[in-house]
Amino acid sequence: MGLEEKLPSGILLTTVEKLAGYSRKTSLWPATFGLACCAIEMMATGAGRFDLARFGMEVFRASPRQADLMIVAGRVSQKMAPVLRQIYDQMASPKWVLAMGVCASSGGMFNNYAIVQGVDHVVPVDMYLPGCPPRPEMLIDAILKLQEKIQNEKMGSAKREEIVLNEEFARKELPLLERKGLLA
Amino acid sequence: MTTDYAPSIETTEGTVFNLSGGDWESLVTGVEGEQERIVVNMGPQHPSTHGVLRLILELDGETVVQVRPGIGYLHTGIEKNLEFRNWVQGVTFVTRMDYLSPFFNETVYCMGVEKLLGISDQVPERAKTLRILMMELNRISSHLVALATGGMELGALTAMTFGFRDRELILDIFEMVTGLRMNHAYVRPGGVSCDLPPGAVEKIRATVKHLRKSTQDNVNILVGNQIWLGRTKGVGYLDLQGCLALGVTGPVLRATGVPWDLRKTQPYLGYERYEFEVQTQDTCDAYGRFLIRLGEIAESLNLVDQALDFLEPGPVMIEDKSIAWPAQLALGADGLGNSQEHIAKIMSQSMEALIHHFKLVTEGFQVPRGQVYTAVESPRGELGAFVVSDDSTRPYRVHFRDPSFSNLQATPAVGEGGQIADLIAALASLDPVMGGVDR
Repeated sequence: MGLEEKLPSGILLTTVEKLAGYSRKTSLWPATFGLACCAIEMMATGAGRFDLARFGMEVFRASPRQADLMIVAGRVSQKMAPVLRQIYDQMASPKWVLAMGVCASSGGMFNNYAIVQGVDHVVPVDMYLPGCPPRPEMLIDAILKLQEKIQNEKMGSAKREEIVLNEEFARKELPLLERKGLLA
Repeated sequence: MTTDYAPSIETTEGTVFNLSGGDWESLVTGVEGEQERIVVNMGPQHPSTHGVLRLILELDGETVVQVRPGIGYLHTGIEKNLEFRNWVQGVTFVTRMDYLSPFFNETVYCMGVEKLLGISDQVPERAKTLRILMMELNRISSHLVALATGGMELGALTAMTFGFRDRELILDIFEMVTGLRMNHAYVRPGGVSCDLPPGAVEKIRATVKHLRKSTQDNVNILVGNQIWLGRTKGVGYLDLQGCLALGVTGPVLRATGVPWDLRKTQPYLGYERYEFEVQTQDTCDAYGRFLIRLGEIAESLNLVDQALDFLEPGPVMIEDKSIAWPAQLALGADGLGNSQEHIAKIMSQSMEALIHHFKLVTEGFQVPRGQVYTAVESPRGELGAFVVSDDSTRPYRVHFRDPSFSNLQATPAVGEGGQIADLIAALASLDPVMGGVDR
């Protein structure tokens, strides 16, 4: 390239995508979506000892309009599911969802009539975090992994292409019942 | 036709009464001419409703005319799930009901099962003391969260930081003893799952000593604080008559001056040996409940010390091998709890021991037909378990009388007629936990 050598000192070069990713990942504002036990651990993560503020994350927003990350902390009941979807719809794009705990990820131990068997039935999930409830360190780890994902997210036409590719991939996927795994 | 009946029309077939929708006019006529009222929905996703509680408010300006709590947004079907698991597995479910007081849920459930089995007096003394020890530590952590979230809802964020800071120290003890920070499943029918690990007693003593000092931070910052007084004094008024009519227990009832505490009034697990004062106030308001919680934290710290004094070496699980799980559980370095000695025995020496182990763990033990109600004093009030058995290895029905649920029905009583902002303070002083309300 040669361009780098000609730059005066104090100037760094990057792509727009990377710059946007960097600013997005370092100012994630989570919506307070505490439901059950995990919500207490989420609050503990925000409090003194674990101090989520170290990662630019402490601004828990009461209004979904101001938030870009929804941490679904706890079991989602059938009655809560429409509310959850509405909150998600009210958030401005770009937005991400973190399913905290096994109940939000897959229904967990509550395989019954009352609990939605994984919040991905209702909203698209970007990061699954197992545990019952996950320790605050695990939540921080999940958030850091999500930040990594956000950092590398595509923009513009590349993003549109990615969406089309993902859609095609999803269409080719067999329904769960027909998947044979290693038995095929 | 007289007009005493529903509106009717005469047809060739005879009189036809119209029963639907006829009440609308009579309802509307009273409202006309009054000031405009608006109906506002608050929750279920709202930062200051203590979890997923929905409040439907009818407002006249800023004044709350009517409150209707809407619950069920966290209904988990735990009681139904219990009917499909054996008696020991039930503990893992009940611990997740009121997630801020797991040890109370476990203990009250296990006391019920033990009563049905008729083994209440065979539970080892050490196990009983350990239950009390963990419950009292749990009471402190639960009250600390009540203060923390209550403070946060009223804008006192420092109270929240202090509350969670001190709670972490108690969770450290829980983790050391049970292996988990929350949802422990530590108390089992017949005793507790494992004994204290080495060094636990010293750690608990040191933590209690530290907490005596550090919990004073919240006292210093809030007691007598003008802003805090302004927000809580005279707010959420509920007198004795109201409490009795609504079945309210716990700090809310004690704030009316009645020293009703199940630990004193109908002692269980040997509480009669312990020396402590039942905290009461006579203000009937949110400030009184706040003072009671602070007082109970101090009393519970004393109780933890007393429980440690009462601890004597001995088994922590019942002798009867048809109830106690065969393995001697101990927390290993890898976090798993099986004793190598026991595994060696069942895998290579005794086929009968293996069969017994397998039957007991997969099928579980039978509990004689009957029904029983047990109650403990949880941080929120009387926590009761109604346990029914039909002589099988699974519960026929387990119902919990959760104090959060009973106390929550006082929401209209404490909130109506006040301002919206006061409703938040009043609700925070009831300290409902939705996991316990909806189960």
